[in-house]
Amino acid sequence: MTPIDAKRPLQLNENGQLRHFLSLDGLPRELLTELLDTADSFLEVGARAVKKVPLLRGKTVCNVFFENSTRTRTTFELAAQRLSADVISLNVSTSSTSKGETLFDTLRNLEAMAADMFVVRHADSGAAHFIAEHVCPQVAIINAGDGRHAHPTQGMLDMLTIRRHKGSFENLSVAIVGDILHSRVARSNMLALRTLGCPDIRVIAPQTLLPVGLEQYGVRVFTSLSEGLRDVDVVIMLRLQKERMQGGLLPSEGEFFRLYGLTEQRLALAKPDALVMHPGPINRGVEIESAVADGPQSVILNQVTYGIAVRMAVLSMCMSGQAAQRQLNQDAGEHN
Amino acid sequence: MHLPNPSQLLPQMAAALRLHLQQRGIDQARFIGIHTGGVWVAQALLAELGLSQPLGTLDVSFYRDDFTQHGLHPQVRPSALPFDIEGQHLVLIDDVLMSGRTVRAALNELFDYGRPASVSLVCLLDLNAHELPIRPDVVGASLSLAANQRVKLSGPTPLSLELQTLADRELPQ
Repeated sequence: MTPIDAKRPLQLNENGQLRHFLSLDGLPRELLTELLDTADSFLEVGARAVKKVPLLRGKTVCNVFFENSTRTRTTFELAAQRLSADVISLNVSTSSTSKGETLFDTLRNLEAMAADMFVVRHADSGAAHFIAEHVCPQVAIINAGDGRHAHPTQGMLDMLTIRRHKGSFENLSVAIVGDILHSRVARSNMLALRTLGCPDIRVIAPQTLLPVGLEQYGVRVFTSLSEGLRDVDVVIMLRLQKERMQGGLLPSEGEFFRLYGLTEQRLALAKPDALVMHPGPINRGVEIESAVADGPQSVILNQVTYGIAVRMAVLSMCMSGQAAQRQLNQDAGEHN
Repeated sequence: MHLPNPSQLLPQMAAALRLHLQQRGIDQARFIGIHTGGVWVAQALLAELGLSQPLGTLDVSFYRDDFTQHGLHPQVRPSALPFDIEGQHLVLIDDVLMSGRTVRAALNELFDYGRPASVSLVCLLDLNAHELPIRPDVVGASLSLAANQRVKLSGPTPLSLELQTLADRELPQ
């Protein structure tokens, strides 16, 4: 059963190209593969002496972060700069909204500054979708994380990491471990893995950190880390979202590490060449042991590098899809 | 219209290129093909010259000037230059020279890798439709097409040219 998502038509133009990037829900495999291929080409650009291409010259990308973030915001900034776009970053959590301005008004003001693209992070699920639908449909909207819903660029950078280290998805077992309940990364990863043809997706968490309705993602659920890790090819650890942890879902951090922390001993249950991934920031000694985070199987820092390339791919594909849609609208206007 | 057979053009192109490099006193040149057709022509040309040196490949999609009109090419491949181009004499190879915009994009991309000593341009076919002051140093054949005609190279073995006729809606405005 495929999760139903009414957002699908919104993020694609009439030719089926990306014009917003809101969620991985409903995006076809070919499109995800095209995105990964494009990101591969941008990785090559990132390895050059001059790490910049002129693709988005003269365009303005506006990072609007209603929620704090360092890694995601800086990699989006770098991605836009390496495409030669002009970039401004607004930390809205500390600006006008605290003076009472609504999301709607903030965005309309930014639109009036002739921004071509908004990269939006918001604590509310569905914020990016709301903006794409109601506020400024002509501006490409990139979801940089909305509440517990989706973090599609993180999902795709994780897929790029897996594909570059494992070649393909067809014969892999992938385990996602930790705070699934609060994790938009977990949702985006489950959707992407499924679309890309991963046959064995496992989710490992204590009962209190598992959301309802997981079966729609086609995953196997484990509450025991040792059982779930057996013979997997990839382990994706999630951060224990301390700031979202209200209401006693766990006895203590120490207890969580004892049962669900990734140690060298537990990692030995996975395949010997299993990858260890983490979206960061990592809580050493809470969900992952330092020896594992810094160990030979860890690709946590590679993920950061790949993140820039994936974001360059998303920005350029969406800008391209918006341009194509404008062309289509113009052609339709001429025929009428 | 009769289109030439690429394999028959190659010996003469190889001879012309040898002469061109000789006249400039270049005894070692680096070869770079533009994806995809240019890479095929470059491979065939290297074979014709009896050279086994590594070939650089460029995908100019990120450098094109029509991005806002046509968007990103759906299949961008990584560029790969297996040598340093700083101070080197380069031979840039494309299949069909039309407006000259692809070559302009390729030159821009090359200069992000370094500052070559010189760049020579080799094209299998020149369609005499220049929109920029870019002319080949070595060319297989020249011909002029009607506005709705295009030439497509298929390959890599065998290389062959095919004439295509565009529908009205596909014509550039």
